[in-house]
Amino acid sequence: MAKHLLEVKGLKKYFKVGRNQILHAVDDVSFNIEQGKTLGLVGESGCGKTTVGRTIIRLYDADGGQVLFNGRDVHQLNRKEYKEFTRSMQMIFQDPYASLDPRKTVGAIVGEGLKIHKLCETRQEYTERIYELLETVGLSREHASRFPHEFSGGQRQRVGIARALAVNPKFIVCDEAISALDVSIQAQVINLLVELQEKLKLTYLFIAHDLNMVRHISDDTAVMYLGKVVEKAETSELFETPKHPYTIGLLAAAPEADPDFEQSRAKTLMSGEVASPINPEPICRFAGRCPYARPKCKQNEPELMDVGNNHYVACYKVQEGW
Amino acid sequence: MSNMSVKLPADAFRPVKQTSETSELITRPSLTFWADARRRLMKNKVAMLGLIIIFIITLMAIVVPVFSQYSYEQQNLSNTNAPPSTEHIFGTDSHGRDLWVRVWYGARVSLAVGVFGSIIPSLIGIIIGGISGYFGGKVDMIIMRFIDIVMCVPNMIYIILITLFIGTGPVALIIAFAITGWMGTARSVRGMVLQLKEQEFVLASRTLGASSLSLIFEHLVPNTLGIVVVSMTLGVPAAIFQEAFLSFIGLGIKPPIPSWGQLANTGISVFRIYPSQLLIPAALISMTMLSFNLFGDGLRDALDPKLRM
Repeated sequence: MAKHLLEVKGLKKYFKVGRNQILHAVDDVSFNIEQGKTLGLVGESGCGKTTVGRTIIRLYDADGGQVLFNGRDVHQLNRKEYKEFTRSMQMIFQDPYASLDPRKTVGAIVGEGLKIHKLCETRQEYTERIYELLETVGLSREHASRFPHEFSGGQRQRVGIARALAVNPKFIVCDEAISALDVSIQAQVINLLVELQEKLKLTYLFIAHDLNMVRHISDDTAVMYLGKVVEKAETSELFETPKHPYTIGLLAAAPEADPDFEQSRAKTLMSGEVASPINPEPICRFAGRCPYARPKCKQNEPELMDVGNNHYVACYKVQEGW
Repeated sequence: MSNMSVKLPADAFRPVKQTSETSELITRPSLTFWADARRRLMKNKVAMLGLIIIFIITLMAIVVPVFSQYSYEQQNLSNTNAPPSTEHIFGTDSHGRDLWVRVWYGARVSLAVGVFGSIIPSLIGIIIGGISGYFGGKVDMIIMRFIDIVMCVPNMIYIILITLFIGTGPVALIIAFAITGWMGTARSVRGMVLQLKEQEFVLASRTLGASSLSLIFEHLVPNTLGIVVVSMTLGVPAAIFQEAFLSFIGLGIKPPIPSWGQLANTGISVFRIYPSQLLIPAALISMTMLSFNLFGDGLRDALDPKLRM
């Protein structure tokens, strides 16, 4: 029995966008998540974070690599096994306004998983379970008969969490679960997620672009750039001693809460534009924007390597100590 | 502004007795989607007026020909073109046939063609559009190109050709409408399904392990239904009008079977002398179309959950 609940090995997902044009949304991504831990996945818009999440849960078919959940490849499961698998892995979606069917009551939305997997014997058991779930996420049982449009964003996101919890999953993919919410509501939802993790022994893949939130919730953090993981380490290690030039730039770009400090601190912002993910060349994808780039960076592609302390970096500068 | 001070003495206020339990209580009764839509529709006076007029016209169409002493084809050549009277409420036509019976018998034909001529093509459109949108890819390409090509030619030409092949009459007209009318619905349903199937709530349902069938019928179809039902309702007057037009130019319902369009066609030849023979069927066509349009409008508002008050 592997000690990792989820192992992602060399995952690839390409999209065809035109004749001979292939968008490498996810290109050779690997990571592991231990039972009960949280992996934060950060990166800017369009770097493939959401695609990673959706491919892991098999909303997309992988174009290469493996997703091992409890040691079994998710993408090799047959129909029956897949249905069984959906009980153990669930997803919380980004947009609380699009992720709930506007025609259904909150009760029906939360109960959908119960019905699909026939988890309740009687009608009464079904209703009781829905009430219980709503109360678990901080809503009240009266809400069960309401429609989604009667709720605020934060409440809707709680409904989305209750829906995911209905089937008693072990693993939840939080796909930018908080980025559409107000800051004050973000904190509430994050705290709820942390609380649920402790209570139900959940494992999270936490996809976000808000670095502070990731730092708060994650045990390990991986940074993605253009479909690749460029750096991966324990959260405190990564935030305190970032090594990849992109991570350093990303952390420097995050605003600080203190306005005086924000004014005075040195900002080493990145210049240039993100390269195109369509038919990328096999070179370091950050090379075009990297202030330290040498010819080698534009000829070969660096591998993700352990530079000590379980800190993985895909950068020649760090690996070779320029 | 500064001299407009408002005095709010403390004793003008009294505390509202609220506990944490009662403050979260929602007092509005919970309703299912359709019950709620019905409630909102009932509140819409204009739509209800339309519905009542449709109801009265339908009732008259059913009852009048049954209880009248005349039949729609019974001629009385000694009493032609009679003005409205107690004997003949709408008068008689140039063959001495009672127009009251003919108008309400014609209502049966017109309403039947209108209702079925709208519902049947819409159902075909939902099925084809749903398949096209859900499966996408090659299936979608073939169906959509087919529709593009077929839609290049005006409907009327198809209808004329079809009536040439299968003859005239109400059934032939409904078949002709079914063959020519589904494309618009198919396109809009396909568009909606394409959009909906990438929505996060559909993805959420997939991650919960829902099958394709339940995805289509639990999430995709119900979310297109509102718009389809409305377009169906608004399609009824269009079909009635098309029937009237076809009968008017002599391609639809053939005499002696009356329909409103056909009655108007007969009426126009004597319009200068006996205007009521044209005005009565024309007024009924207009009134029915208006009622269906008003009702359809109200239905659209009622079925949109975001407009819920």
